[in-house]
Amino acid sequence: MKRLLKYFKKIEPDKTKNPFWFSLWESIFTFLFVPDVETSGTGTHIKDKMDLKRLMIFVVLGLVPAYIFGIYNIGHQHFLALGQYTGFWEGWNLKFAHGLIKLVPILVVTMVVGLGWEIYFASKKKKGVEEGFFVSGFLIPLLMPPDIPLWILVIAVTFAVVLGKEVFGGTGMNIWNVALLARVFIFFAYPLSISGDNVWVSGFDNIIAGIHPDYGWWHSGFFNTIFDWFGLDKFDSHMAIVDGFSGATPLAIAKDGGWDAVTQAFSTHDLLWGTIPGSIGETSKPLLILGGLLILLTGIADWRITISAVIGIIFSGLLFNLWGATPLMTIPWYYQFYLGGALLAIIFMATDPVTAASTFKGKWIYGFLIGVLGMLIRVINPAYPEGWMLAILFMNSFAPLIDHYIISNHIKKRLKSE
Amino acid sequence: MLGANKKPTYVGSNKIIFLKRGFNINIKGKANETFIEEAIIENFAVQPGNFRGVVPIPKVVVNSGDKVKAGDLLFYDKKRPELKFVSPVSGTVKAINRGLRRSIKEIVVTKGEKMEYKKFDSPDLNSVSREDLVDFMLESGVWPLIKQRPYDLVPDKNDIPKNIFISTFDTAPLAPDYNFIIKGKEDIFQKGLDVLTKLTEGKVFLGLDANRKEAPSDVFTKANGVEKTYFKGPHPSGNVGIQIHHLAPIRGTNKVWTLGIQEVLTIGNLFLNNIYDASRIIAIVGEDVETPGYINTYLGADIAESVRVCLKDTKCRVISGNVLTGETKEYGEFVNAFDYLISVIPKGNYFESFGWFIPQKSRPTFSKTFLSRWINPGKTYSVDTNTHGQERAFVATGIYKEVLPMDIYPVHLMKAILAGDIERMEGLGINEVAEEDIALCEFICPSKQEFQAILRDGHRMMIEQG
Repeated sequence: MKRLLKYFKKIEPDKTKNPFWFSLWESIFTFLFVPDVETSGTGTHIKDKMDLKRLMIFVVLGLVPAYIFGIYNIGHQHFLALGQYTGFWEGWNLKFAHGLIKLVPILVVTMVVGLGWEIYFASKKKKGVEEGFFVSGFLIPLLMPPDIPLWILVIAVTFAVVLGKEVFGGTGMNIWNVALLARVFIFFAYPLSISGDNVWVSGFDNIIAGIHPDYGWWHSGFFNTIFDWFGLDKFDSHMAIVDGFSGATPLAIAKDGGWDAVTQAFSTHDLLWGTIPGSIGETSKPLLILGGLLILLTGIADWRITISAVIGIIFSGLLFNLWGATPLMTIPWYYQFYLGGALLAIIFMATDPVTAASTFKGKWIYGFLIGVLGMLIRVINPAYPEGWMLAILFMNSFAPLIDHYIISNHIKKRLKSE
Repeated sequence: MLGANKKPTYVGSNKIIFLKRGFNINIKGKANETFIEEAIIENFAVQPGNFRGVVPIPKVVVNSGDKVKAGDLLFYDKKRPELKFVSPVSGTVKAINRGLRRSIKEIVVTKGEKMEYKKFDSPDLNSVSREDLVDFMLESGVWPLIKQRPYDLVPDKNDIPKNIFISTFDTAPLAPDYNFIIKGKEDIFQKGLDVLTKLTEGKVFLGLDANRKEAPSDVFTKANGVEKTYFKGPHPSGNVGIQIHHLAPIRGTNKVWTLGIQEVLTIGNLFLNNIYDASRIIAIVGEDVETPGYINTYLGADIAESVRVCLKDTKCRVISGNVLTGETKEYGEFVNAFDYLISVIPKGNYFESFGWFIPQKSRPTFSKTFLSRWINPGKTYSVDTNTHGQERAFVATGIYKEVLPMDIYPVHLMKAILAGDIERMEGLGINEVAEEDIALCEFICPSKQEFQAILRDGHRMMIEQG
């Protein structure tokens, strides 16, 4: 490590001549080494071991279970469409390989584009590269359908980072959750690539019976060669989509057919553990809760928001059950958690401290309203049966207002008691 | 915490306030209850900068080489000439040192072999009018030992404080034990309290420690004529500002006074023995100190002479005060007037590979992302001056309130100060908060923001606004 430190100090670029390379160098250097900076002496002489890097990495650690399952499920859905390897462990090597082929480019593109912009703005501001995008960059792939065209991703990430964050002053100053901005951009600008029945199962041009999978060099060249050495099953492009496979998400089915139609297509076991079509990271509920516990128990995410959002979902779920006018309304309230991206949203995105309400009371209100609004959009919206992205962005906009009223009250109380 | 809300038996029928929020930083190097005898300190200084609200260039009435007794006038304030500052020891004026922009940094007095005290003629407390009493305290130089909240200013002679507050314990890291300092001084302390009760229209409040196994010293528990309240909870429960907030908060243009226990002793001595006795018991603490303990000295001791005999390593930071709020001191500088503590900690100018993820050294932390917070909360740690990360914009929101047992929104207050919004600062309670109260917020801040410096700036703006 000492030699590495020496080497890194030797290659330090000039800050004024090459600000971009300096910022890039600094972000890597401070990732490898906590700098030798001492407290200034105008404040506390000692500081907590905790810093933003650690805070951010814990959120990413919380996402790891969802990532592992997401990779598997991309492949699993692919083979379900082909009617092959329908058991959980059958063809595991093919499922993971296919998942990696789909997910790695999404993650790499998101990171390169997002961090590139971050480093560029850091060099302009002459400040250290902020860690904020680290989390956004890990969240964005989880919100995407596996077949998202990469060029759309480039535009979306650029939009989210530049117009959603940097124009407001960078990490800590943004109003809307960056990861959701990337998703909402695609949703409105390129709706066909992120909604409908065709996008959630990857590896096909179209979800029609008889269509063959679309394998490239990574499938038939790279992985098939490796699998050949170990005598494992190989990708076979002669397979075709089986009759009756629709690729629709459970929510899309529920919209017209209610819970009965959902349980005809999927078992509740599938819905819970997540072997269903959907965005990459949203499907497995137990694994999201597992990762969520890590960030909720360590205090990284505020439990008040998640708990109040759960209350909001249950509350509106019960109301809809009483109303019961459409198939979606009749879904038992507890099964609402089995559908769509509710858990991913309320554990990992509603709790973003920068865009959430900042007072304790405000967090209760904010979380509850996200729960209610998300359900409202999911159930009432005629066009698109999922609401978390819009609910959170909407409440992001109102979080400052909630805080404003709570703080104004606090100020009034103090001035009154004179 | 188990048993946090249990009332210790010694509290009896006294009032007790439980404070849940806060955090004790346990550091190695706490002072033993012994005196470090070898410390010989010759030079003492009065530093005008220690007294807030005094002009930077006061009128100095002595020249270097002059002989002075303890209690002789050294300088007075130009704006408020009644504010007089006297010598803590007898001896020879050694130097008048200037700092930035020709401000007077310190007036150094070299102590003579034998202490000689100027004789004062203290008035009888039963018959003296408040006005005469104040005049006498101004004349004898004990007046500037009182601090006025908000802003810790030297109080104006015409102000009558709403209440006076004294905290009889310190919960800061490695804080000295006030029960040890006060031992055997009940008469002097009581006399000091008697004087103070004459000065306020309200009460004199004494904050007592309910965190200990045994009761605090009798000197505190048996004090007469004062309102006693026990406080139980982690740091900053010993801060007088926190106690004020829970007993009788500062509202509007109210002013209250606060004093440290050794300042009360100086006032008591003046009225009991007619001398200005600025003797102080100061703890020298920290991992880099050979045998952490106490020294018997006077106000404004030379810091290098104080620590010289007990340093293990010279590559350390010497701090007048505690590690959260104190001031870094270099060779040839002096302990600040209101500090009872010299902290010595190692410098932290090292690189730590992946330190943010897998720390190589265990360090105190408030974050539950570290296992040590879950399995061994009582452990004592080594510390150093490394910032453990770089400064960033405010990101976290809820955590700061967890270490501030006040009805205050710390981050909103900081942002109001950064925006220079005076009205909002006032509404958010800037007048109730002292730097030491939000020092823990600064310590735990993952964005490494300087809360105390920001608040200091806010206080400056408030004072300028009048």
